[in-house]
Amino acid sequence: MIYLDSAATTPVCEASAAAVADVLQHCFGNPSSGHFLGVQARRRVEQDRAVIAAKLGCAKEELFFTSGGTEANNLAVFGTVEAAKKYRTKKRIVVSAIEHASVYESAKKLENAGYEVIWLQPDRHGNIAPADLAAAIDENTILVSMMLVNNELGSVLPAAAVKGIIAAKKSPALFHCDCVQAFCKMPFSVKSIGADLVSVSAHKVFGPKGVGALYVRRGVRILPQHIGGEQEKGLRPGTEASALIAGFAAAVDAYDTAGAAKQIKHINSYARQALGSIACVEFNSDEQASESILNISLKGFRSEVILNYLSEKEICVSAGSACAGGKMSHVMKALGAQKDITNSAIRLSFSPFNTTEEIDTLVQALQGAVATLAH
Amino acid sequence: MKEIILIKNGELALKGLNRSSFEDKMIKNIRRRLAPLGKVSFFKCQSTVTVYPENEDFDFEEAVARVGKVFGIAAYSRAAVAPKEFEEIKRICLAYFAESIYGYKTFKVEAKRSDKRFPLKSPEISREIGAVMLENYPFLKVDVHHPDLTITVEIRDKEAYIRGNQLKGAGGMPVGTSGKGAVLMSGGIDSPVAAYMMARRGLELCAVHFAAPPYTSELAENKVKMLTEKVAEYAGRVELYIVPFTKIQETIRDACPEEYFTVIMRRLMMEIAGVIAQKHGARALITGESLGQVASQTLRALACTDEAAAYPVLRPLIGMDKNDIVDIARKIDTFETSILPYEDCCTVFTPRHPNTKPELEQVKHAQAQVDWQQMIQTALEDTTVEVIG
Repeated sequence: MIYLDSAATTPVCEASAAAVADVLQHCFGNPSSGHFLGVQARRRVEQDRAVIAAKLGCAKEELFFTSGGTEANNLAVFGTVEAAKKYRTKKRIVVSAIEHASVYESAKKLENAGYEVIWLQPDRHGNIAPADLAAAIDENTILVSMMLVNNELGSVLPAAAVKGIIAAKKSPALFHCDCVQAFCKMPFSVKSIGADLVSVSAHKVFGPKGVGALYVRRGVRILPQHIGGEQEKGLRPGTEASALIAGFAAAVDAYDTAGAAKQIKHINSYARQALGSIACVEFNSDEQASESILNISLKGFRSEVILNYLSEKEICVSAGSACAGGKMSHVMKALGAQKDITNSAIRLSFSPFNTTEEIDTLVQALQGAVATLAH
Repeated sequence: MKEIILIKNGELALKGLNRSSFEDKMIKNIRRRLAPLGKVSFFKCQSTVTVYPENEDFDFEEAVARVGKVFGIAAYSRAAVAPKEFEEIKRICLAYFAESIYGYKTFKVEAKRSDKRFPLKSPEISREIGAVMLENYPFLKVDVHHPDLTITVEIRDKEAYIRGNQLKGAGGMPVGTSGKGAVLMSGGIDSPVAAYMMARRGLELCAVHFAAPPYTSELAENKVKMLTEKVAEYAGRVELYIVPFTKIQETIRDACPEEYFTVIMRRLMMEIAGVIAQKHGARALITGESLGQVASQTLRALACTDEAAAYPVLRPLIGMDKNDIVDIARKIDTFETSILPYEDCCTVFTPRHPNTKPELEQVKHAQAQVDWQQMIQTALEDTTVEVIG
């Protein structure tokens, strides 16, 4: 099996699995209970919180656990907008047109509810121009939501520019940055991107599915979207998923960002070179994109067919974004590329465990596909 | 309190001397549908079938849901069994409706006395039961014309039955009483609806699906299985044949004129489905085609397809609008599955400009450029079968 779909999810690493099992079996108390088991569980959750906070460069009091990236993104967007109702007339929201569905659909819903949503359009490779950001943000803007690394193309968006623009426009806007695809994979901190809200997820970095977190900068107030408990300071009530949180922290702790980035960079440039030898391949990710993601089109061949073909050979890639489940992705649409490019896009996403031999096998398989498949 | 299910035969009551065999078939179908819930016994009498569950913890909710999907049934209801003593009947009636009665405002009581030896006459039974209900549930009002609840008390030979409102049955004729048909199941909205409609007319079904990996995925195949499962809730057991079709599609694409791709493909599908039908005792082919819906469903295209079919092609949706088909798909709960976005016949094989008025002779000529027999043979040999339901 060759797994080239690490942007969809990753296997749980050993340290993470062990931490999950340990908490499930030996530290099962409810962190809110008053007895010693509860106290023990609380201590464990807070230790784990500190590990993840350290990786993000924030205080542990600024980190709130959620059920994953989607919930963190929903909470950031709706929690901000609800808190911003105090501004009454201010109703502008600025988002990129290539956000993950959990931000994109949230913004669509708000647009239908009467908010003015400015959709930042990308270039052909998924890059957003800082000048467009500056033009979009005004004093009526209450929220800017822009991801750090796009999940389909790997393009790196100009997050660091946002804070300054908001200040210059004298806007009350909060800046939310979906960092699910960037977390651990590239060096950044919540300070370096200047965000008020940052979403991350465990299962993209060898942690378990079902847990993520939202960073909320100290002093920023957003409103909860669930009610009925005091957990996570009331922002995300519900008994903490202590075992998954332990798995999340263990995975983050075990992730060697510098070492992984080096290996992934090597794989990416090897893949670019090798894939370049196939005549009908077009690169949708440009050289500036995150090395973890390489989006290509095999012109003339439909994504789903290539995916099925490779799957038969036990090679896992993604057609568009895995979350979209077969529908034409809004990200590819936003690129404004020709139909034969969009319809034939496949996403390769790498982990530090991929090898150049695996890339050779992939390229061979793709050559086979091009030679035999009807198109 | 002992409970049973009362089932009224539908159309099959009209079948004269065949009636008994139709009824037996229906009972057999019900028995199979209820088997997973426990042992049941049946009693036939005057176009009513009574279902007696034998185990204490019989799941009536599920049983009634299942009975509601068996064809040949006009109406059905749960009922309480009472001995033929009037005081007991009153007591059981009160107990039987003790919880559900709060959902109603108006009611009436109907009595049916087939055992004329019973001391009270029907109007007396109605009056007495009505009185005791009113006394115990003073919020109720009698409405003999449009009651929310009709309580029916039936005095039969052995015992008395007390039941509330009847539920409408699935209608149609018992599956198996009309023979067997093979439905071409694509994975779209129409074919499961067509299958359902023909099962309703008493056809036992097998299903034939054409898969073209890697152009179509395992997900698409699973989708067809899910749809067949839904159909099987009505049609009983369905054998699903999955025919590997890639080689044939690729050959059509390489060797046939583009404008005839689809019609030639449909003809080859008919031919293969015909062989499967013949082998497995089916004597009709069923499709979800609807006149003019797509290029392969124009009158001329249908004529070209029919010519390749060994058996009559039944097209129950031929005169229906898409909206009406979707309504049925929602009713039988196949719609949400049908619209899952996997390719069933990849668009690489769809001509850009299909011929909507193909001439049979030209199509046959185009098709004859290739010797299909070997490929058809291989496809049939590699066909897999799975029994669903």
